[in-house]
Amino acid sequence: MVKISHLTAKQIASLVLAGSLSPLDVVERYLERIKKLNPTINAFINVAEEHAKRTAEELEKALKKGFRGKLAGVPIAIKDIISTKGIETTCASKILKGYVPPYDATVIKRLKAEGAIIIGKTNMDEFAMGSSTELSAYGPTRNPWNLERVAGGSSGGSAAAVAARMAPASLGSDTGGSIRCPAAFCNIVGLKPTYGTVSRYGLISYACSLEQIGPMTIDVEDCALLMDIISGRDGFDSTLIDYKFKWDPGSVKGLKIAVPREFFGEGTDERVADLVWKVIKLLESNGAVYEEVSMPLARYALACYYIIAMSEASSNLARYDGVRYGLPCNLSLPWHEAFSEVRSKGFGMEVERRIILGCFALSAGYYGRYYLKALKIRTMIRDNVLSLFRKFDVIATPTTPFPPFKIGEKIGDPLSLYMADVDTVVANLTGVPAISVPAGFVDGLPVGAQFMANYCREDILLTIAKCVQDETKFNVYLPREAAI
Amino acid sequence: MSEFKVKIGLECHCQITSLKTKLFCKCPADYRGKPPNTNVCPTCLGLPGTLPYLNMKAVEEAIKVALALNCKINKRMIFYRKNYFYPDLSKNFQISQYDYPLAVDGWVTIDVDGKDKIIRIKRVHLEEDPGRLVYRGGIDSSPYTLVDYNRMGVTLIEVVTEPDMEAPMEAKIFLQELRSILEHLGVSDGSLEGSMRCDANISIEGGSRVEIKNISSFKEVEKALSYEIIRQRSLLKRGAKVRRETRHWDEVRKITVALRAKEEEMDYRYFPEPDLVPIYLTDEMIERIRKHMPELPAVRKVRLVKQYGLTEYEARVLTSDKQLADFFEKLVSLHGKPKVDCSVVINELLRLLNEKNLEVRDLKFTPLEVSELLTMVDLGAISWKSAKYVLRRMVESGEHPKKIVELEGIRRISSVEEIERYVDIILNRYRDDVEAAIRDSKAIHRLVGEVLKETKMLADPKLTFEVVSKRIENLRRERQTSTSK
Ligand SMILES: [Zn+2]
Repeated sequence: MVKISHLTAKQIASLVLAGSLSPLDVVERYLERIKKLNPTINAFINVAEEHAKRTAEELEKALKKGFRGKLAGVPIAIKDIISTKGIETTCASKILKGYVPPYDATVIKRLKAEGAIIIGKTNMDEFAMGSSTELSAYGPTRNPWNLERVAGGSSGGSAAAVAARMAPASLGSDTGGSIRCPAAFCNIVGLKPTYGTVSRYGLISYACSLEQIGPMTIDVEDCALLMDIISGRDGFDSTLIDYKFKWDPGSVKGLKIAVPREFFGEGTDERVADLVWKVIKLLESNGAVYEEVSMPLARYALACYYIIAMSEASSNLARYDGVRYGLPCNLSLPWHEAFSEVRSKGFGMEVERRIILGCFALSAGYYGRYYLKALKIRTMIRDNVLSLFRKFDVIATPTTPFPPFKIGEKIGDPLSLYMADVDTVVANLTGVPAISVPAGFVDGLPVGAQFMANYCREDILLTIAKCVQDETKFNVYLPREAAI
Repeated sequence: MSEFKVKIGLECHCQITSLKTKLFCKCPADYRGKPPNTNVCPTCLGLPGTLPYLNMKAVEEAIKVALALNCKINKRMIFYRKNYFYPDLSKNFQISQYDYPLAVDGWVTIDVDGKDKIIRIKRVHLEEDPGRLVYRGGIDSSPYTLVDYNRMGVTLIEVVTEPDMEAPMEAKIFLQELRSILEHLGVSDGSLEGSMRCDANISIEGGSRVEIKNISSFKEVEKALSYEIIRQRSLLKRGAKVRRETRHWDEVRKITVALRAKEEEMDYRYFPEPDLVPIYLTDEMIERIRKHMPELPAVRKVRLVKQYGLTEYEARVLTSDKQLADFFEKLVSLHGKPKVDCSVVINELLRLLNEKNLEVRDLKFTPLEVSELLTMVDLGAISWKSAKYVLRRMVESGEHPKKIVELEGIRRISSVEEIERYVDIILNRYRDDVEAAIRDSKAIHRLVGEVLKETKMLADPKLTFEVVSKRIENLRRERQTSTSK
């Protein structure tokens, strides 16, 4: 008897298509695990039990009629920031309590079309604002590797769900590292695709010029499979580019790796830096070449990222006024008072902080000093990164400067919490793809290595990641809770 | 009147009514008459996760307008977010343009008292319309406000002028011209309710600039500006200052009222819309649109003078409203007497429309019916005077002219036999007058008058006179022969 919960998405789909597994069995098995593990881990905000069972039954009928989806019967956990028709979607915020989208995000439509089954909505930092999934209205998600530790953020629920095998794969969103950071903290694979390759339609915006939806999976093959399904143009997102995902797993022989010094120095845990260096050396032993380089502008990336993200957030979150959905506003007040009342009741502290800072950065007197300057620095950083890609195929860095920290450890100090994104924001500012792969363990806590590539070169990232995966097999390590 | 110089600039918001869908989603652009909140989708409702998707047809229509207004078109166009809170705005920001609008630096010629005047166009840009607030009863008495998002996301084109107008009348003429241009282009139907709205800037020498917002139709602009000039002049005359402020035009009370200071110091926090990429327009695209531009009012005016021998004045009146010019040209094609047809359209039809506060498009008949009416006049079946009456009845009831003529017995009696029958009756009835007429021919006029009265003035007077004269002459002859016997 196969242990369903230890299978990858690809394996589940092939067994379902072969008739050896029934979608309903798969779904029930995962629902059981969620029931058992979620109370401690808190990866899910909302388990879509009814929906999942109903979809599995429908799928069984479709399979009998010859349906052949690439994800037939595969349960997928979805970050609660991606709109799912008929399933409550809250962004882990009180202000969206009770909001049930009347439409599916493009990525959800595409997953469903391939036979995937939405099994639940995962926990996250409220509106994706955070780096640890502690800032959720539903409480923090705990790291399956160590329940005292954070799962990373903001897609912490999606990462923990996969790490604990409550789902074989999940979708997250990455604005400044929100897929890669929790992937690293939870020992799974997380990809932030090139900006404009995956439709954002249905992704509840925090900072639209930075964020992308991406896969979070047990292994590189599943990552490629999900990327293949969710990417491509639709008629709803104007920023999409012409792009066809294609990956033939090849060798890393001859690939040129840039290793920017700034990402390994002060502020980075030495044990983390060592593990990433080991991974780089391992790639070298497989025929890749590396060179240490400098990215002098990287030190401005974090400040630049936060100004842009907060500015966009202040505008994106303006729509939550209690008029049309979510927390209702007090009808007996004049509208501007009702709006501000519902917003102060509905938004958490970090969200309020970012809205206020964003409004400030965009206001008439400060626009030039903050927002415009941030855009200029963004352009300079992009030029810096692109100049590296003229010489190199990938840039290698740690995914985060430190291993998973304790819950509550950094929460009182937003600036030190923001540092969790210091290695990942460059990819969001420039729009290039980036992947985090398991790089080993520090005191039993997972650590990730990050690789960035030029626009639309997800194939190179996957090839590199596959090499790391094949050589280390870190991805088959399971946290104690999930090993059962 | 010219003691203080007046400067007026306009910001006109016109819906592009020729589009099938809204500016950023696939909802029908025609929201009128639909039950509240049924003409909506997740995107125009601004639901979480939705994104704008640009309707390129809207850009093409706007390029037409920019070309017609002689503007320079920006090859790189960027949308901005204009952030402000208002319940009718589904996202609490409006997607509009700020730096890098579609087009800048244009001009339009208007005719002020027979003289050409150039009004400079500052910019032309695209933006989305907000929804509508609906009050039960009046805005003051309603216990609550309802929001209808059916209109949310409909394409607006905003035309901003330089402060080149010097009187409310000029503003009105400019708006007429603009409307006519939009209608000739086929991009906007100015007659639809709320399809054209306006903000006006006005300053009087010695005073600050005042902005009047929320003028819901072009008709109200002249009134609002006239009120504002009187208000500002009287302030200046008293030595008081005109404050720089934003005022609201209260259509019911016909006055402008100051808006709260809070609203005028709005910081919109404009920034480039990250969900839309810059639009790059190519020369080929612009040239293709330019080549397919329909005839514009200024060109049509010249053609009307040349083709039909109209005066400048007549051609200008006709082209100030596309529907009117279309009506005229159709009428000429059917009836074929340009001078007469023009006079009928301008002097009779337009006067009736103004009197009843109607538009050409409100008419329930076509040029064909008018041409049939005029043909009846040509054939002598009815008098010119009757024709005017019938036209009035047509405007009122929409009834076919022949039916009106028949029902109301309006018909010129010009057959000799028919007139003779009436003459017989009258001669029998007024024997004394007949005697008088036999004695003295001058008395014939009284009998003729009686016959006309009897026919409700329908009988041809000249013919009636001839018939009566002949009968009296016959009677006189009979008398003479009988006395000579
Ligand atoms: Zn819509």
